[in-house]
Amino acid sequence: MAGLTIESVSKRFGEQTAVDGLSLEIEPGEFVALLGPSGCGKTTMLRMLAGFEAVSAGEIRLGGRTLASRERQVPPEQRNMAMVFQSYALWPHMSVADNVGYPLKLRRLGGEVYRRQVAKALAMVELAPYAQRSPQELSGGQRQRVALARCLVTDPDVVLLDEPLANLDRHLRASMELSFRDFHRRTRATLVYVTHDQSEAMALADRIAVMRDGRLAQWATPQTLYRQPRSAWVASFIGQGSLLDVAAGRPGQRLEEAALMRGLAAVAAERTQPLLVRPEHVTVLPDAPPRQGLQARVESATFRGERYELHLRLESGEALLAYHHTALGEGQQVALTLREGWCLELEI
Amino acid sequence: MVPGLTDGSQQRWLLTLLMLVIVALSLVPSLRLLMEALGDLAQGSESPLWRVLQAESTWRALWRSLYTSGLGMLIALLLGSLFAFVITLTDIRGKTGLVFCFMLPMMIPPQVTALSWLQLFGPASPLLKSIGMAPPLGSPQPLYSAEGIALLLGIQSAPLVFLALRTSLLSLPRELVEAARISGARQSQVWGQIILPVTRSGLVAGGAMAFISSLGNFGIPAMLGIPAGYYVLPTLIYQRMASFGTGVLAEMASLSLLIGALALAGVALQQAWMKRSRFGLVGHGGRAHDFALGRWRGGVTALLVAVLLAILVAPLAALVVSSLVPAMGVPLSWETITLNAYHEVIGRQGATWRAVRNSFWLAGSAAVVLMLCSLPLAYCLQRLPRRWQGLALSAIELPYALPGVVLAVACILLFVRPIPLVNVALYGSLGLIFVAYLARFLVVCLKPVAAGLAQLDPSLEEAAQLAGAGPWRRLGGIVLPLVAPALFAGGLLVFLLAVNELTVSALLWSAGNETLGVLIFNLDEGGESVLAAALSVLVVAMVAALMLCLSLLAYRLPRGVVPWQG
Repeated sequence: MAGLTIESVSKRFGEQTAVDGLSLEIEPGEFVALLGPSGCGKTTMLRMLAGFEAVSAGEIRLGGRTLASRERQVPPEQRNMAMVFQSYALWPHMSVADNVGYPLKLRRLGGEVYRRQVAKALAMVELAPYAQRSPQELSGGQRQRVALARCLVTDPDVVLLDEPLANLDRHLRASMELSFRDFHRRTRATLVYVTHDQSEAMALADRIAVMRDGRLAQWATPQTLYRQPRSAWVASFIGQGSLLDVAAGRPGQRLEEAALMRGLAAVAAERTQPLLVRPEHVTVLPDAPPRQGLQARVESATFRGERYELHLRLESGEALLAYHHTALGEGQQVALTLREGWCLELEI
Repeated sequence: MVPGLTDGSQQRWLLTLLMLVIVALSLVPSLRLLMEALGDLAQGSESPLWRVLQAESTWRALWRSLYTSGLGMLIALLLGSLFAFVITLTDIRGKTGLVFCFMLPMMIPPQVTALSWLQLFGPASPLLKSIGMAPPLGSPQPLYSAEGIALLLGIQSAPLVFLALRTSLLSLPRELVEAARISGARQSQVWGQIILPVTRSGLVAGGAMAFISSLGNFGIPAMLGIPAGYYVLPTLIYQRMASFGTGVLAEMASLSLLIGALALAGVALQQAWMKRSRFGLVGHGGRAHDFALGRWRGGVTALLVAVLLAILVAPLAALVVSSLVPAMGVPLSWETITLNAYHEVIGRQGATWRAVRNSFWLAGSAAVVLMLCSLPLAYCLQRLPRRWQGLALSAIELPYALPGVVLAVACILLFVRPIPLVNVALYGSLGLIFVAYLARFLVVCLKPVAAGLAQLDPSLEEAAQLAGAGPWRRLGGIVLPLVAPALFAGGLLVFLLAVNELTVSALLWSAGNETLGVLIFNLDEGGESVLAAALSVLVVAMVAALMLCLSLLAYRLPRGVVPWQG
């Protein structure tokens, strides 16, 4: 198992730059997600890893071996990678077993070894009874698992997944997320997973590369991304929360309740530090005596099952999201306590 | 991991080279023709092109070509749009059968169409004789005229209009019509104010295609025009070549250039028009609309059936009747009915078997060779940048878009002397016809394959690539099985067109090397109409059988591959 190094990789299509100087160091056996809105270059990056697109600048290395640079480009068929496509890409003229066994045939494996490997791969995704079916007879989730089995049959160095859950319904997604995690735990393969769904990435990945307009916005674990996002854009892309301006702290600092409340009370001109406040850190006090602490007005309340989501408006005019266990009426005045906040980088 | 994966860049080179060779070969005949026609311009008024342009016969034939093709186009537009509108838009019954019958004239070789119509009219018509309606002896054959030629050209090319219009109607989003109706438009208003304007491009395309195909048609003006001394451009070239041989090649090249330029101008005009009248259609197309015909249904059905009876059933019936009588002019009855003609053509005429063998050999091997080339070629084409792709396709399409006579003259020019270096003489052999067929029908085989490839999800191949398969391996293991039906359909279409081909082989055949098309033509010219009719009946049966095969295959093919199934 070898680590994957992406070094200042860029990709230009004519005038347009799809990926711009991206660098990532992926550990062997790591589950990595490339996350970003559509058009951010994540799929292009994945296709460069696979070798379907040439790099315009920079280098991709696997262990000590250079896979792609401006001068040299190892063709996809020699990279020893595997991929799960968004459309699964199961060959309709082959049975499930033949689909899974095709990479083995290309490596001139046959006979008993071939049969054993295919059976093992199918058993791992619990599809052994379906070996002789045609892919068209399978459901979406089953097809997905055939594609997974085809990936793991040759023991590839890297497995690439291109929005593999995009075509599935919500219930199937949850169960497939589980099987991906299970798959990773058992194979310990290096996985690169492209998605635009942040909850999917957070649930699955060891580390997430958040991309925006072809650049790396942040490269961190899911926990870090959620608690310590670098910029306002990452903060609003990952999870829920509100952005306030305060007169306290500096970028990359966590503010405790006292400092935070003081910073909020300053005059507008001095409040220049952007701050992220997650809704679970807002305490709403509907019955507090008037004119005490931070005041806000309820603009709307949305029922989310386990709680209500309150959209609040501060007296400064800023919007704030909070959770509460009961519904509050529109226009009701409440007092607030903000228990903590995270200072973001200033964006130019 | 067992290694064993090889480098693929060399194979990619091979593919590219193959494509360059094929494109060049498609262009060579046209270039050679251009050289011949323009080569001697330095001689001034003595140059062949100049002489041809000054000859009165050239301008007469040109005018007649334009007249018959123009009139034929109008007839085709009338028939084609009637069937396209009714069959695509209304809830008439038996659509599949109607479409099949209407498309049949397109696939029947023109010389057979002409022959069957000749058997239908005129004083010697066995059918008219049998029902006692024959005109008196000595009265003229009404089809030996410009209008006769135009009528048959129209019927032959009506399916082209039908197809173009039907495609455009099927791509008309249903929502457009529904929006008009919810706004309060009656069916007739929807038709006139929404459907007709939006599908104008289909109508224009169909009309242009009908005109171009009529311009290049040889079989019909040859069978109907030559006896009356009415020459259009293709028959003029044929007649000159038949009388003077290769001595007039330079002038024939100039004539070919004229008609070739005319056809290409037609194509260019059509494309320019199409661009202008194309709309960006939004919504779900691909479904037929079903206007209720209500109490009109019976009448409309009767009209369509009557038209089919007139343009298809009656002439074919005349052909069958003619093949069953002992001699022309004898009415058919229980006493006179005989299968002698069939015995004669199958059993005794050595020429028939030779022609059948020649045609099957030519068409079969052309189909096989083209099928072999088409897949790698289409595969390469798909990987070219879009602009190059268009240029390469145009080059490959050229030998098919040009009238067959032009290609034939070009091939004679190219091979009249033995090929240098290898010193093989193709002129006067079947090989010449074979080469011409390869050039002419490549695009027929390529188009379905390219359509099939375009439909293929690219990730299917990428998955194989990542699994370790090189280009040839992917082509054979993944792409070929998936586009095999389209490839097979392409081969079948080539066979269908080539086995009945007349225009190219009429100029390229030599004694002992006649094709089926030439044989029917020669039999009729030699006065053996009954034998020609018998042979034609067999040919029509074969065409219908092949078309049925393709229809059975249709559900496994990309849309539009089988021409008579939209």
